[in-house]
Amino acid sequence: MNALLVQGSQMLLVLALAPLLTGWVRKVKARLLRRRGASVWQPYRDLLRLLRKEAVVADSASWLFRVAPYLIFSAIWVAAALVPTFAINLIFSWSADLIAIVALLGSARFFLALAGLDVGTSFGGIGASREMMIAPLAEPAMIMIVFTLSLLAGSTQLSSIVAYMIGPEVGLRISVAMSLVALVMVALAENARIPVDNPATHLELTMVHEAMVLEYSGRHLAMIEAAASLKLLLYVSLIAAIFTPWGMAAAGQGLGHYLVGGVAYLGKLAAGGFLLALFETSIAKMRVFRVSQFLSAALMLGLLAVLLLFVSRNL
Amino acid sequence: MNLVPSLSIVAALLALGVLAVPLAPRRGGSALVYVAALLLTLAALAPPVALLLAGVDAGTVARLSLPLGIPWLGAHFRIDALSAFFLVVVNLGGAASSLYSLGYGRHEPSPGRVLPFYCAFLAGMNLVVLADDAFSFLLAWEFMSLSSWALVMAHHREPGNALAGFVYLTMASFGTLSLLLAFGVLAGPEGAYTFEQIRSREPAPLLASLALVLVLLGAGSKAGLVPLHAWLPLAHPAAPSQVSALMSGVMTKVAVYGFVRIVFDLLGEPQLWWSMVVLALGGITSALGVLYALMQHDLKKLLAYHTVENIGIIFIGLGLAMAFRANAMGWAAALALTAALFHVLNHSLFKSLLFFGAGAVLTATGERDMEKLGGLIHRMPRTAFAFLAGSAAISALPPLNGFVSEWLTFQAMLVSPQLPQWGLKFLVPAVGALLALSAALAAACFVKAFGVTFLGRPRSERARTAREVDGFAVGAMFALALLCLLAGVLPGVVIDGIAPVTQYLLGGRMPEQLSQAWLSIVPITAGRSSYNGLLLFAFIALSMVVVITAIHRLASHAVRRGPAWDCGFADDNPRAQYTAGSFAQPIRRVFGTLVFAAREHVTMPSPGDMAPARLEVRLRDPVWELFYAPIAVAVGFAADRFDRLQFLTIRKYLSLVFGALILLLLVLVLWAR
Repeated sequence: MNALLVQGSQMLLVLALAPLLTGWVRKVKARLLRRRGASVWQPYRDLLRLLRKEAVVADSASWLFRVAPYLIFSAIWVAAALVPTFAINLIFSWSADLIAIVALLGSARFFLALAGLDVGTSFGGIGASREMMIAPLAEPAMIMIVFTLSLLAGSTQLSSIVAYMIGPEVGLRISVAMSLVALVMVALAENARIPVDNPATHLELTMVHEAMVLEYSGRHLAMIEAAASLKLLLYVSLIAAIFTPWGMAAAGQGLGHYLVGGVAYLGKLAAGGFLLALFETSIAKMRVFRVSQFLSAALMLGLLAVLLLFVSRNL
Repeated sequence: MNLVPSLSIVAALLALGVLAVPLAPRRGGSALVYVAALLLTLAALAPPVALLLAGVDAGTVARLSLPLGIPWLGAHFRIDALSAFFLVVVNLGGAASSLYSLGYGRHEPSPGRVLPFYCAFLAGMNLVVLADDAFSFLLAWEFMSLSSWALVMAHHREPGNALAGFVYLTMASFGTLSLLLAFGVLAGPEGAYTFEQIRSREPAPLLASLALVLVLLGAGSKAGLVPLHAWLPLAHPAAPSQVSALMSGVMTKVAVYGFVRIVFDLLGEPQLWWSMVVLALGGITSALGVLYALMQHDLKKLLAYHTVENIGIIFIGLGLAMAFRANAMGWAAALALTAALFHVLNHSLFKSLLFFGAGAVLTATGERDMEKLGGLIHRMPRTAFAFLAGSAAISALPPLNGFVSEWLTFQAMLVSPQLPQWGLKFLVPAVGALLALSAALAAACFVKAFGVTFLGRPRSERARTAREVDGFAVGAMFALALLCLLAGVLPGVVIDGIAPVTQYLLGGRMPEQLSQAWLSIVPITAGRSSYNGLLLFAFIALSMVVVITAIHRLASHAVRRGPAWDCGFADDNPRAQYTAGSFAQPIRRVFGTLVFAAREHVTMPSPGDMAPARLEVRLRDPVWELFYAPIAVAVGFAADRFDRLQFLTIRKYLSLVFGALILLLLVLVLWAR
């Protein structure tokens, strides 16, 4: 029963924190640009306002357009709840390993791209087609990162990987460093951040994610926005859990450890958000067809890391 | 276990094929034939399913020899775990397509050209799987090829179909010839043609390698391995849709059966480099197949090219199994082979479903060209839903079945660092990257296929006025979609069903799955990796219900319909939407410039000129240009040279004959020395 409660609280925790992380990144970005910026709570207010509004649905939209936001949100929520945040080995952590979590995000993207095509507008199409150009490059890179980590830890289970990373035998490894760089690159692309996409624009010809969701409004848009925040949180948690696993509790260690883990997690999120904002303000967005080169570099890094490990377990 | 039911069903199918000739032109005749075929395939399904689910031990086989065929050989038949598994695949596909045809077959303009061959085709595929000697195997194989060729030629007047039939016939003959030679090599000089005798022989390493190459050519050309796939995207779409589904979903699997039977069962000890060849071929096939598919605008052609990709995935699994087997790692080989066979079943389910969907679209609109479709989700909601389920399954999205087999393949790959060979150590991660790439490209491909065909606004009048298809067709599609979901959330049943096969071929099996807690699947040990599709499905469904209820309770549930916004530039013309070509453009630009030498050429009219601007895209097919074009040129050249032999005088003919005789006698004399 306790185990279920802990798992449930992780599920609620990620949901509650996701908009805060988005607000935090926006705030830091604004401060770095010497603007005052909106409050960090603004994304919550935005979501509430969107939920209260009526939804305007295009005449040519089908049922898929109205179901997709809930499906996308649920898939990403479940995926985010399976990534360790403050503790490992939670009761359902074995139900999906890292490959399955990546694939769950793939399911969400599949339906998002379909929703972009559903109304039959040119902007929706451009977004969907570009998203499906980025994904085939990001996903192999991600799988290579999974290969690297699981070859080291001897498991594709995220909890076992984290446990290995906390442990003493990990040391400084070039393959881990390479997969960290590759994972950051993939995370930038998957979350539609600068330099791959710009989450703040709405009328730029290079946009990808925002173009797909252009027709959404009201509660449907709220779901999509919440899902995007959750996905950002998921990637920050994933990077934090694998590469900075310090302070994380193990299941069943008791409330004190959980609290330490929770505080450490909040600190990691804040640091991750700050670094993201810093990176985004210091780099320019690239042309859409440069993205393929950017992600190919991530794929090559990942593949190189795996090959190093196939050659020697000590690299 | 008894072979009589299975063989009598084959005989009944053949008899039904003969009966179909007089029945075809009559009213209700085709429905009668399809009902009979449906019942027969369902009946054929029962014994192998029972055999596999009962968890038979590896030795259980039934044999039967009939005094047919070559007098001193007879015809041998046998059913063991491997043939039982493929009997399930064949007859499941056959039953689904017979059910589908009950409705779809009504639109057939010339049922007499389809019905007899349809039954013969089903019988042929069953026979290949049951055959237990080289002669019956080849006879059944060729019977299957020829009956499917006749089905490809059913609508022979449509443009392009004659070419498709010609290419198919050529490739099929080439494949059978390769297999014939392979069995010749295996049987050796003493002519040991029954599989029992072949199994007990130990061929010399060089001869075994030769046999492997021949089998790769023979079975690979039927399955569609690159570069032998060229016939497949021509022939599969040309046939009526229920036959396309059978050819793509089932016949390619019979080819996989041929490969597995010969390489894992008959060929004896494997050599290491075999697995490298198969792995590399599988990786290239999967990546190239899906890239080809992405470039297609024709819905059925897209599906056919996509079959090539899935065959690649299956051969990746088989290659891994061969590598582990050569290193005596039975448990890992069992994992890889299970992944491959699981994908065999999965692909037969969702590819049949997708071809049924394409057939439904074809009946409703008369169009296969996606550029003229669109918006069908409003007019054909049920077909759209089933097609969506198939698309999600084939794109390897959890919690559906396609994901499970790919996940198992990845898990098998993660064992490969334990292999001692350096070549494999470098090859496997590269193939893994190719597999991940093709899985992601498959998702792009099916976003395109479903999105352009069913979503958006209709691009032609016939798409605007399409009507939903009949209940039988919809029922067949929904049954397959349900099976896709079931195999995805309860993969343990399938894995345990495959266990007797790996036990028989490799002497090892995956851990028993149905006894795992929460029905998770555990490929090696629970600490290493596990996946639970059932829980994942439950979580997603539950959180969706919670979210929807919460929002509709607590927040606004008002909906207003209005015109599309499109950033204020909404254009009423449906041609302003994204098309299949424009959707694939970014991928074409990223991958196509390398693989297909894709070039875009824009012709802009001069200012003031009212002519439209034109965009031309040129793609080159590397396989066709590198492999087939030179062969065609060589054959043409040789034919031109030999043409002169046709117009000689009788004197010259006689001297030619005389010369040939002398030459042969010389050879004989030299050989004897």
